[in-house]
Amino acid sequence: MTMFTVSGSPHVHGNESTGKIMYGVVFAMVPAALVSVYYFGLDSIRVMLLSIVACMFFEWLIQKYLIKGPITLNDGSALVTGILLAFNVPTNLPGWIIIIGALVAIGMAKMSFGGLGKNIFNPALVARVFLLISFPVQMTSWPKPVPITEGFADVITGPTPLAIVKEGLDAGKSMSELQADLPAYTDYLIGQMGGSLGEVSAIALILGGLFMVWKKIITWEIPTSILVTVFVFSGILWLIDPAYNPDPFFHLITGGMMLGAIFMATDMVSSPMTRGGQLVYGFGIGLLTMLIRVWGAYPEGVSFAILLMNAATPLLNMGFKPRRFGAKPGIELNK
Amino acid sequence: MGILKTFALGGVHPEENKLSANAAIETLPPPKQAIVPLGQNLGAPSKPLVKKGDKVKVGQLIAEAGGFISTNIHSPVSGTVLKIDNVIDGTGFKRPGVVINVEGDEWDEGIDRSDEIVSDISLNPQEIVDRIKQAGLVGMGGATFPTYVKLMPPPGKTAEYLIINGVECEPYLTSDHRLMLEKSQEVIIGTRLLMKALKVEKAIIGIENNKQDAINHLSQLTKSIDGITVMALKVKYPQGGEKQLIKAAVNREVPSGKLPIEVGCVVQNVGTAFSVYEAVQKNKPLFERVVSVTGKDIKKPSNFMARVGTPIQQLLDAAEGVPENTGKIIGGGPMMGKAITSPEVPVVKGTSGILLMKKEESSRKTTGPCIRCSRCSTVCPMGLEPYLLTKASKLGKYDIAEKEMIMDCIECGSCQFTCPASIPLLDFLRLGKGKVGHIMRNRNKK
Amino acid sequence: MDNIIIIAVAALGGLGLVAAVVLYFIASKFKVIEDPKIDEVEEALPAANCGGCGSPGCRAFAEATVVSAKEKKSLDGLFCPVGGNDVMQIVGSILNLEVTTQAPLIAVIRCNGSHANTPAKVKYEGASSCAFAHALFAGEGGCQYSCLSEGDCVDACDFDAIHMNPETGLPVVNDKCTACGACVEACPRDIIELRKKGPKDRRIFVSCINQEKGGPAKKNCAVACIGCSKCEKECKFDAITITNFLAYIDFEKCTLCRKCVEVCPTNAIHEINFKPRKPRPEKAPGAVPRKPVPKVAQPDKPVTMETETETAVAEKVEKKESPDNGKA
Repeated sequence: MTMFTVSGSPHVHGNESTGKIMYGVVFAMVPAALVSVYYFGLDSIRVMLLSIVACMFFEWLIQKYLIKGPITLNDGSALVTGILLAFNVPTNLPGWIIIIGALVAIGMAKMSFGGLGKNIFNPALVARVFLLISFPVQMTSWPKPVPITEGFADVITGPTPLAIVKEGLDAGKSMSELQADLPAYTDYLIGQMGGSLGEVSAIALILGGLFMVWKKIITWEIPTSILVTVFVFSGILWLIDPAYNPDPFFHLITGGMMLGAIFMATDMVSSPMTRGGQLVYGFGIGLLTMLIRVWGAYPEGVSFAILLMNAATPLLNMGFKPRRFGAKPGIELNK
Repeated sequence: MGILKTFALGGVHPEENKLSANAAIETLPPPKQAIVPLGQNLGAPSKPLVKKGDKVKVGQLIAEAGGFISTNIHSPVSGTVLKIDNVIDGTGFKRPGVVINVEGDEWDEGIDRSDEIVSDISLNPQEIVDRIKQAGLVGMGGATFPTYVKLMPPPGKTAEYLIINGVECEPYLTSDHRLMLEKSQEVIIGTRLLMKALKVEKAIIGIENNKQDAINHLSQLTKSIDGITVMALKVKYPQGGEKQLIKAAVNREVPSGKLPIEVGCVVQNVGTAFSVYEAVQKNKPLFERVVSVTGKDIKKPSNFMARVGTPIQQLLDAAEGVPENTGKIIGGGPMMGKAITSPEVPVVKGTSGILLMKKEESSRKTTGPCIRCSRCSTVCPMGLEPYLLTKASKLGKYDIAEKEMIMDCIECGSCQFTCPASIPLLDFLRLGKGKVGHIMRNRNKK
Repeated sequence: MDNIIIIAVAALGGLGLVAAVVLYFIASKFKVIEDPKIDEVEEALPAANCGGCGSPGCRAFAEATVVSAKEKKSLDGLFCPVGGNDVMQIVGSILNLEVTTQAPLIAVIRCNGSHANTPAKVKYEGASSCAFAHALFAGEGGCQYSCLSEGDCVDACDFDAIHMNPETGLPVVNDKCTACGACVEACPRDIIELRKKGPKDRRIFVSCINQEKGGPAKKNCAVACIGCSKCEKECKFDAITITNFLAYIDFEKCTLCRKCVEVCPTNAIHEINFKPRKPRPEKAPGAVPRKPVPKVAQPDKPVTMETETETAVAEKVEKKESPDNGKA
């Protein structure tokens, strides 16, 4: 006689799985990765591979020998962290720094909290900020993008557009004087500018973002509210004094803005769960980013802003509840 | 047709798998031995009126209501009472029941067994409710709430709409669908009876638009009847939930912890409407019902008119046997049905279907860690946060669970259906609901 | 320069003085006069805060004892199960009261429906919670009184005293048990009972709570109590009563004579920590001693133990001399 199974309902399950979500994210990152290979060449592949292998290795090591729990490498979360970490560093970064970054991302930011789903901060971002503070020289020497079609030229380093503007403005120059040093807007969009591996091409990142929204991996609320906040904030400054403030589009498509808004801030684990919370979270990230960019010491502030708002996530989860059924009856109640 | 209505919050789209949709209702012969459990409704079990050795006829009252929320039970067969003893129910628990040895098929004289459709309504509202109460009607959708209780609004409250639930949003099940196609006249007369009993002018028959034939058929028949509209609804689970259906049909939300009458609505199942017709117009108490027998591997997915007390095995045999590859038997649909421990248990008033799951479908996936994707919260039709309630219930933080409105959970299973980490969310929600309910009842007592 | 120092000292000193005066008045106004004995008693308690005494923690229990000592001049009804008689003696001496000693209790699992005795008929999948499983179905073996093996009692225990034995699927209590009653509360089926620990840890109990008639009970479980009342007739001390086809041994009346164990046809009555009895070859195989002979081979003993392996495992772990086995 066959032994029947007894369990509570529901007896069917949709086809969602953690792995599916993670590999969806990986797929969404492919365009940005291809652009980086196009502009930064083989170095970009080196950094990505190294970061992925290191992240997965540390995850395996810690799960096997420290936590002594099940090995969940194939859920893809270490892979995502690895790619995101690579996206956040310059392509000329020495290998040993990447490995340190992977250890920080997986060991410190993820596993020490108990593994997938329990971390408060986005692991890749923790690693990026850790590296930025520990190795400021290596982390801010950005290779100039040279299309792969023009052959393998020697790597020349140069500042990012944000750094050019920041230093220029601090030195008292006006925007029109700086314009000559900056790439054209079309270059920003397709990614021909100095910057971290994955952050350069706004178009590729937006493509990935649209894919993820379509597949319901991320919600539109977080990226939209970040970008709108940044746009409005920088727009106000620009309207006040266009000579000494870059225009809002500049802020939207330079630096890690797109990467942060689409891939980093939307990390499920460290972002709020409800629509209201997500909107406030996005607003906070946009605001903090602009405060850091305009008045802070660093030219770029997206990572710090996201990490700060990550810390506010539990609070936002508590404060913003979903709309409960029955809150608005729709008629005067029968008395 | 315009934009189809549906409920606003959450919802999922499980595979429909309505395998038995085209199988006409077959009447099953009475079993050799009928096992009639005494607790067939939500609320108090019924009290037996017969004793060992008594001769009973089909439709004879064998147990009377054991409290306000309780129902009468009538003998589904004719024969001799073998014993009144503990009988096994679907969950494997032994609960009191009447076992009857079947001899012949002699019906009670009062029952009108002709096929003629009686469409004139001669009774007044109170008489209709009394007939329904007498006949032991319960909600046929599966919750088995005594029907007459719903028909007696508390003092000061009046109903405005009667909503007939023909949604059948559960995958696989087709019993309501078949009733609407084959017994459409009866369902409509039943609806009119319910309208009269409730003294309402407006009735809406809500049907999901995956049952286009039923929508067309009923629309045709109700064209000339004032007050009854057939409303096609967009397919989305759990639209058959009372609160969701009210939201979809008349855009009102039943407040937390309240009954539909608060927003002037009463919801009855299509199956109930049919039984109301039989009880009131034909004087036939509730002792048989339509049961879908279905499953991906089953040879002949069918819809049977089966007597209460028929062992499920007999239905499975009539559907050409249990496939080799069966891993789970479910009483009801795959989203809210209960797993049955053995095919020996009988059909009861609330059995809307028997679903056989293949072995590979039967096991749950391995549970992973919660990645806080908030999908459970997004699909929750009640706007709850299942991940949070699960955690609260797991840790025994019932005060938090109560504050986060765990009692509003309708146990539809959408959260668990959608969870990428396959966490048994509903298991813990049920557990927490049970405990919180217990705590709240104790508090009210004090 | 001097001025600054003087001003600073004067300002801070003044501030300190004002604060001190305010604090003094507030402290004296809101002073709670508490019996110092409460602290003393609390000090003596085990600080487990388990709630086993019925009070919501050790502090509350200490307060209750002091109040009781003042008002009733006795500590009746107040007992710390964790500390046991020793602690209660200390509490008594603090409060200058005589404390009657109570027999120590231990949690006893009244189900022997192991995987072998109650073969599974269905397979359970879902939340590892007995409370949920209880609401869902009768049990894998079909017995609606049986242990569900999901370990709610293990989770409830604060003292690491109860563990699941994966071989039998039944919980096992070790001698860390303080009889706080948390597992009794946690068990949705009321299988666990607090019983007298007994002299030398010896106890006899019916390891079954099945209230079905003999036939149905036996159908699901080989070692169910079938309510045959043989033990009731055998007992000379009126310690055994049968209600709803279930025997119950009153541990206050039981003299541990072991006669009932011998007559039980289904081996539902368990004896624990007794010496192996002398072989009685003429007895029915159902009444053989249940405890395996520890290690030393006794070739003269008849080998009639085939039904006892399951109980033997459980008992061996419960045995005081080998507490390590309890860490399953």
